[in-house]
Amino acid sequence: MARSHVYTDYHPRWLRRNLSTYWWLEKRAYLAFILREGSCMFVAWFVAYLLLLVRAVTIGPGSYAQFLEWSAAPWVLAVNIVAFVFIVYHAVTFFVAAPQAMVVHIRRKRVPSYLVLAGHYVAWAIASVFVSWLLLGA
Amino acid sequence: MASHIRLQVARYRPEQDSEITFDEHEVPCPKDWVVLDGLNHIKDRIDGTLSYRWSCRMGICGSCGMSVNGEPKLTCATFLADYAPGPLRVEPLRNFPVIRDLIVDVGDFMRKLARVKPWIVRQAEKPLAEGEYLQTPEELEEYKQYSMCINCMLCYAACPIYGLDPKFIGPAAIALAQRYNLDNRDEGAAARMAVLSEHEGIWGCTFVGECTKVCPKHVDPAGAIQRYKLTAAVESMKSFFMPRGA
Amino acid sequence: MIKRHPEPLLWMLFSAGGVISGMLMPILVLLFGIAFPLAWLTPPSHEQMLAVLGNPLTRLALLALCVLSLFHWAHRFRHTLYDGLQIKHLNEVIALVSYGIAVVGSVAAAYLMWQVP
Repeated sequence: MARSHVYTDYHPRWLRRNLSTYWWLEKRAYLAFILREGSCMFVAWFVAYLLLLVRAVTIGPGSYAQFLEWSAAPWVLAVNIVAFVFIVYHAVTFFVAAPQAMVVHIRRKRVPSYLVLAGHYVAWAIASVFVSWLLLGA
Repeated sequence: MASHIRLQVARYRPEQDSEITFDEHEVPCPKDWVVLDGLNHIKDRIDGTLSYRWSCRMGICGSCGMSVNGEPKLTCATFLADYAPGPLRVEPLRNFPVIRDLIVDVGDFMRKLARVKPWIVRQAEKPLAEGEYLQTPEELEEYKQYSMCINCMLCYAACPIYGLDPKFIGPAAIALAQRYNLDNRDEGAAARMAVLSEHEGIWGCTFVGECTKVCPKHVDPAGAIQRYKLTAAVESMKSFFMPRGA
Repeated sequence: MIKRHPEPLLWMLFSAGGVISGMLMPILVLLFGIAFPLAWLTPPSHEQMLAVLGNPLTRLALLALCVLSLFHWAHRFRHTLYDGLQIKHLNEVIALVSYGIAVVGSVAAAYLMWQVP
């Protein structure tokens, strides 16, 4: 007495867990990542600051002196101190990431990671010294 | 040196539960016991209904990945004595749907893996009579690191981008694609590029870097992804400026 | 056989911006943001500033710094809002606003560099 059987697969109800909006607070590494991304806000701030400086210089010596005075105002100074910390953090995390992202070959031999990293720091030092010389020495 | 450790194991029974609950058990922890030994002790002697995956117990099959105190780990490679007296929380791997207890569904990864064609692609196979494909040690070094992947998916559990957007192709799939792209016997780079260059391919990645940190085989998927971003970006520029020449 | 969308270009701008801002900004913030206002060092005189900025190479370098840094900011800002705060439904609006600000800022920077005597 054959009867046609219709089998349906038993599919258990899966539990889907959602990521909380505050996922980045759960691990130190995630927080460090978000801070690194957040450093871009201070990069943008400093672009604005540089453009204000260039504008002040273009207008004249009085305007330039005013800009320097404004830069010493407590809130501006505070923002720039925080900006300095974040911008250095941005630079360091970017350079440390470079050897992972960039595999350099010279004549079919792989340049070791520490040299790629050192190259970035050396370039950073040279650029900083050059800019300092331009503004303080020359 | 504690002789026992408190294990808090996640339980989810789809036929009756709607969320995860925790069972707590006291488990011996001799210094050579790993979390997997603890789970086996619970299943053998205390509660036979606990369900979890494991196989080789030596870090090569990739089956036993779970969340140990919130960190994705291979339970066969995580020693209980390091956490004694506990409590040590064992949960199913993050960012995957839970089927039962500590078992997650890995179908999403398997489908993504197939999409990147993780095999040697050639226009024409060399006939056997011509012998094997020769490869120098330097050529092997180019991709060897990425060939170490055991598909354990700890990297997917650690990746917040995958957690936020399950369409993201993910670290292991990209690392495995690179394993073949960088293998000089392979001719399939162009075929893989279409999949990898999608919006949810490599461009979803923001280089959090956690995947590399949790990988038990030191594959460095984050590095593989960033390297491929440069390759794909250059290719993209070429195809934009020289549509016929590329 | 590559999918066409702007991500690769935006990523390259982001990377270039990251490198140039990493190399040049720390020393500039240290000098113009901290050392000169606190009088740790004497700021350059107005004539010196005009001399430095007058050089077209300086202005080109500064323009590159500003433009690339703005696009670096835009890319990171947009991704962080999308991933960090999961504001997915506003994805296009955020992208438009971020890159829009970067473009406006770049035009402003170009104008200001051009205006230096």
